[in-house]
Amino acid sequence: MRAYTPKDDVQKKPYYTDRYWVAPQVAKSDVSEDAVFAADFEAIKAKFDVLDAYIQVGQMVIVINAADNFGVIELMKNELAYNQLSELSAIDWLAQEGKFEIFYQMLSMSKRKRVRVKCKISEKESIQSVEKLFRSADWSEREMYDMFGVVVNNHPFMKRILMPDDWEGFPLRKTYPLQGDEFAQWYEVDKLFGKEAREIIGPEIRDSARVDRYDTERFARLGHEVPRGADISQGEPDTPLCYQENEGVFMIEKFDAEKSVVISDRDR
Amino acid sequence: MQQANRLRPFFENITFDRADNELILNFGPQHPSAHGQLRLMLHLQQEQITKAYPDIGYLHRGMEKMAENMIYNEFMPTTDRMDYIASSSNNYGFALAVEKLIGLEVPRRAKVIRMMLLETNRLMSHLFWLATTALDIGAMTVFLFAFREREYLMDLIEDYCGARLTHAAVRIGGVPLDLPDNFIADLRKFLDKLPENIKDYEDLLDTNRIWLMRMENVGVISKEMAQSWGCSGVMLRASGVEWDIRKEEPYELYDEVDFNVPVSDKGDNYARYKLYMAEMRESAKILYQVLDMYEGTGPELMAHAPQYISAPKIDIMTQNYSLMQHFVLVTQGMRPPVGEVYVATESPKGELGYYINSQGGAYPYRLKLRAPSFWHTGILSDLLPGHYIPDVVSIIGTTNIVFGEVDR
Repeated sequence: MRAYTPKDDVQKKPYYTDRYWVAPQVAKSDVSEDAVFAADFEAIKAKFDVLDAYIQVGQMVIVINAADNFGVIELMKNELAYNQLSELSAIDWLAQEGKFEIFYQMLSMSKRKRVRVKCKISEKESIQSVEKLFRSADWSEREMYDMFGVVVNNHPFMKRILMPDDWEGFPLRKTYPLQGDEFAQWYEVDKLFGKEAREIIGPEIRDSARVDRYDTERFARLGHEVPRGADISQGEPDTPLCYQENEGVFMIEKFDAEKSVVISDRDR
Repeated sequence: MQQANRLRPFFENITFDRADNELILNFGPQHPSAHGQLRLMLHLQQEQITKAYPDIGYLHRGMEKMAENMIYNEFMPTTDRMDYIASSSNNYGFALAVEKLIGLEVPRRAKVIRMMLLETNRLMSHLFWLATTALDIGAMTVFLFAFREREYLMDLIEDYCGARLTHAAVRIGGVPLDLPDNFIADLRKFLDKLPENIKDYEDLLDTNRIWLMRMENVGVISKEMAQSWGCSGVMLRASGVEWDIRKEEPYELYDEVDFNVPVSDKGDNYARYKLYMAEMRESAKILYQVLDMYEGTGPELMAHAPQYISAPKIDIMTQNYSLMQHFVLVTQGMRPPVGEVYVATESPKGELGYYINSQGGAYPYRLKLRAPSFWHTGILSDLLPGHYIPDVVSIIGTTNIVFGEVDR
């Protein structure tokens, strides 16, 4: 029997796992250790619920309720001088807790500080757009929708951005398969001619790099030129190489080391 | 924006007198001046653009997904394929992010070599930008000149790492190789000639009437617009924001070298062109200083962190424990600590950021690539309306977008 693999996370798993391995943690320090961050944190805390806050690798991380996302970012933009939204995306935690984590990477140029605002929403929930505050969120939110299927409310143009419009599934979810559909090669034949025609027509060739050396109708090989449509399944005639010196192909000369020149100076 | 002295579209026999004479023009995705696979849907009133919808995704390879299914070192060559004009800067951004996650300190010689790679890549990228943009505008000579210099730099990089475009020249924890014999002399020779070369380009372009008509007061990005769209790099500095990550949040040895950050408050194509030229001069200045730093460094090239980084080759070949540890790191990969990190570096195109969420496994749980060109393409939808069709080409040119990076 095939080993059971969980279907909520079909990503590649490491072959070797050490069950006694305890992963170390990247150090988190308290917000009060940095005066600028502490002041920003107090300003946000005065108006909104802050679930967690810490400093990690020199940047403050603030965890808020998803409903407050517009308010917090508006506050940060207008009062705390965080004037750029450098990045915005989601993390898939559906397998663990059925939620998406959404992070907003903010930059304050006047303070030279970066803050990451994070919140969590469940799969069926949607989140408020911050496009009104930062135009850059327009494309980031579209990308987040495209990749994770996180629906953003009040977005001006909620449409897939990287994948084709008719694409099914959301590629960056952990449930998204890593390999293609092996039955796809029969879809067109089945649809147009029915399953009975499979043997007559054969599978659709889906490998764009495929080369068939015996197919002289559609493929040719340099150095083995044969007439188009010739049957070479029983072996092919040799195509001798001919050089100009031997009254062969004009312009193709045999390499002669004696006559060649080595260029040593680049500026020659 | 149409100027008084500029050519106006003139149609001898055609009149546009219908009430609704809107034309929808598909620009790309295979347009030679789209610099890659950019499709623009342009709504036109005669030759003037009323709406623009950039359409991207033609080069989407799902790098973030690939990263989630690879060990960290395996992902390094994939980063090359983002901004393939200056691929070492992508390698470096990723290496720096992982190093920050682990908490590694890189040996000084590796830092010096990385600085050289980063700045030669910046020069290569800017030269490429100048060449292609000038070619789009019709300046063939500048294209040939700039490609000649870029070729020299590509040869230099080839001497270092064996590749011309996809370098993979940086490793997590350092660099794989020391400089080849003549590298410093060759680079110095190039740098000595560079001011002369830049002057050649400027002589050809600076006061060129056609160049000025296509560049001056075209594609004006206001300060607010640049901030709101998350612009970075030259796109931001040309709009009057003095922000260079090398200066503001120095990484590597940028706090030890002396250089200026050129800024302009015009915000138009011409300002961006001038900034690229000025930045090339600054890069040369940085490179001179870094070349001098090389002499005083020790021989180590990779950080010493047995849990994460393989030992030097000589140890692997002679010492059993190093070999075992190398085997584990190659087959299973390093396992950085649990945590997340966002590291931004100043790539030639702007702020290149790597967000890594590690759950202590050999594969990153989530890796987000923050590529500057993504937003520099997005801004076209706000920037193009009001402009004319020929302006599209020059605006796309000066935004300096690379589609490997936009689509990832």
